[in-house]
Amino acid sequence: MNYVRSIKHADIVHRCFRCGYCKFPEDYSDFNCPSYKAFGWDTFSPGGRMWLIRAWLSGELPTSERFTKILYSCVACNNCKDQCVFPKFKDFLPDIFLETKAELVNEGRVPPEVRDYFKAMATSGNPYKLPQPERGKWAEGTGLPEFDGQEYLFYVGCVGSYDEVGRKMARSVGRALMDAGVSVGILGSEETCDGNEVRILGEMGLFAELAGKTIARFSERMVKKIITLDPHALNAFKNEYPELGWEFKAFHYTEVLARLVREKKIAFREYPAKVTYHDPCYLGRHNGIYGPPREILKAVPDLDLVEMDRSGPNAFCCGGGGGNFFTDILGTGEDSAARVRLREALQTGAGVVAVACPNCAKMLTDAVKTEELEDEIKVLGIAELLTHL
Amino acid sequence: MSDAMQALIEIVGERGVSNNPEELWFYGRDPGVLEAHRPEYVVAPRTTEEVRKIVQLANREKIPLVPMGNGMSLTGLVIPLKGGIVLDMKRMNKIVEVNAMARYAVVEGGTSQGVLKAHLERHYPNLRHSLPDAPPTTTIAANVALHGQGRLTNQYGFNSDMVTGMEIVLPTGEVCRIGSPALGPYWFSKGPTLPDLSGLFLGWLGTTGIITKLGLKLYPKKKYRDVELFVTDRVELVPDILYRLTHLEMLEDVNVWFQPKPLLFADNFHVTIYFTGDTEEEIEFKRRMIWNALQLHMDSKDGGFMSVQYMKGMLLQMPQRSIADFADVPRGGGFEYSGPITIIEHFPQYAAKVVELAAKYNVLYASSARLISGGHCMMFSISFAFNRSDPAMMQRVKHALDEAAAFSLEMGGVPWKPNFMEQKLTMERLDPQALRLMQMIKKNLDPNGIMNPGNWEVNS
Repeated sequence: MNYVRSIKHADIVHRCFRCGYCKFPEDYSDFNCPSYKAFGWDTFSPGGRMWLIRAWLSGELPTSERFTKILYSCVACNNCKDQCVFPKFKDFLPDIFLETKAELVNEGRVPPEVRDYFKAMATSGNPYKLPQPERGKWAEGTGLPEFDGQEYLFYVGCVGSYDEVGRKMARSVGRALMDAGVSVGILGSEETCDGNEVRILGEMGLFAELAGKTIARFSERMVKKIITLDPHALNAFKNEYPELGWEFKAFHYTEVLARLVREKKIAFREYPAKVTYHDPCYLGRHNGIYGPPREILKAVPDLDLVEMDRSGPNAFCCGGGGGNFFTDILGTGEDSAARVRLREALQTGAGVVAVACPNCAKMLTDAVKTEELEDEIKVLGIAELLTHL
Repeated sequence: MSDAMQALIEIVGERGVSNNPEELWFYGRDPGVLEAHRPEYVVAPRTTEEVRKIVQLANREKIPLVPMGNGMSLTGLVIPLKGGIVLDMKRMNKIVEVNAMARYAVVEGGTSQGVLKAHLERHYPNLRHSLPDAPPTTTIAANVALHGQGRLTNQYGFNSDMVTGMEIVLPTGEVCRIGSPALGPYWFSKGPTLPDLSGLFLGWLGTTGIITKLGLKLYPKKKYRDVELFVTDRVELVPDILYRLTHLEMLEDVNVWFQPKPLLFADNFHVTIYFTGDTEEEIEFKRRMIWNALQLHMDSKDGGFMSVQYMKGMLLQMPQRSIADFADVPRGGGFEYSGPITIIEHFPQYAAKVVELAAKYNVLYASSARLISGGHCMMFSISFAFNRSDPAMMQRVKHALDEAAAFSLEMGGVPWKPNFMEQKLTMERLDPQALRLMQMIKKNLDPNGIMNPGNWEVNS
């Protein structure tokens, strides 16, 4: 029996004109689609994907290694959705890419890197294949208490729990929250993965399982409000979990810190440096949060905040979205997103790139090494700028 | 692996060449209604030297070679009709130089319109180029290669008239500079006072060489830009309206458009008049002059100025993003247009033909004319939208466009970016000695007929 491919929005796919507005930011200054920028073929652009998906759905193109690479090189940055000139269907572009990946998962035809990621998540509950008890080690020495009915749960996610760059960021945010007197606790080794990347890579069954576990854990601990380290987790909690019956409030840590700045609960000291801020896609384009990180940085005495050419809704992704943080399908070539973005940051004359996402922090930190720019620029989480004082 | 594939990898590296089914499928078609043809390879060079080596290989092995920008001509000009190599030029996208005082830019052959616009806005806010309303991904070189138009075409002519020098890779692999850059470091003239060799490449649709660098005139960018919209339901008055407006010699751009949907626009002809100035006084003076020029038609109650406040932002946008929107009117992802260049006197006949063809073939139309060189001629677009998932509708659009092309030739018009069939129709009507001259040029420049074969096949 032949397998019949189908996706929910199949009736929209043919409406793409492949005009290419989706490749650009609003001012057309450079290509703003990370996979198109990295690979340079029209097939790796949003319009290219739309046309290939149509041919694939009709059976004109078979599932192939190349086709899956094209689909999985999308970093889900949402630039295409924002820049597409067709208002009647632009909002569905990311859905179409996601549904196609989900169909590839159903076919059992995903790139090996994606398969390995799913395996790790299914067996270990984290992409690093590390034991669950190690999940809470990041917090050692911070004094952050276990969650026990505090006002907020501080949720750090997999990168904040296991990756060294992520852990550093998690510790600095935790300290900043405590220093400001926020009533906050953590789940430590009992924290479970939010599943955002599993979902965006198309493994909907595994996402449902992970999300179910996380919701159950939150419910049994009576969690009402959450502060996330990771905008990816924020995205899952705000935009995906409600469909699963979740009723909690989620905030990104920059939203909370910005409020504390306004309430004058953060003690600043000078930070005499030129700093540029990189907007994470899951904070900015996905959730519309652009102001709070800047509000915090602007409050730091002597800190000179300069914007990159592409910022806010037009920011260029670091390449860590869409699961690429773990699968690395974009690679580390000269035109890979993180290296391009780092060079753009360097052009501002800044000595620091401030970030609000552990994935971005790691991607850009690696790019600093690859570009051999350790003496010229460093990557710091926003809270690290505060706690370094 | 084939010998050609191996040779291409040696030239551009593995990331610069593909024979994967996905790229061969995608690069074998464009967004218009013409049938797809599969290439054997898609190659994306980064330097003139790489282009030179690719052309030498293609010429030696007699492999068809189709240079491509963004592939948005809509008339199949980059569909590889005879297979071979599609050369995606978009990785050659550097802005090489801007000479602000001499007002020209030098760009690589795959530089997009959008990138040059952004570069000028950021670094040279007093300069601009003639931006077409095509998507910003379209390339400057492709636009001039097909005699495209833009926002400054009413003032300064076709965008190809604005070329100030070229670097070309000839079909036999030599790299050749045209105009002032053939003599020295400056890119201020494509021809004069030398014989103007740019004509060997402009309008030839990539059949005589590959543009790897291009000089382009820049123009003053005024502080203010404004728009007025004159509306009439009497099509026979449109030529006179345009004549009066062009007499002013002070307008940036003039477009005339009509379409049946939305109903607000049905049965009217809309003349969009763009003007610029460095002071508010200058803008108001020009506005008064525009109104005065058309006072006669207002007094006779044959037309009037429509308030543009609610759509001013859209009208002043460059490029106008809403133009692509037409492709989705039938929920379908496509439109294509025939865009003959003709005299403004013929506007009423062309307008009638659009409506007639739309009714005959049961397709949706939109039309927009743009004045060229102060009214010496205009581009009259006959556009039909289609639903890409409806092959019968696409076929009807194709027939309607074929008929539109034949009509424009009968009317003495010149087809703009004609597809390969329209090129044949054109050559059948062409002065035999002019055709013979084209044959001589083509035969000498491209002896093996490798460049974009199927187009301008004057020797067949």
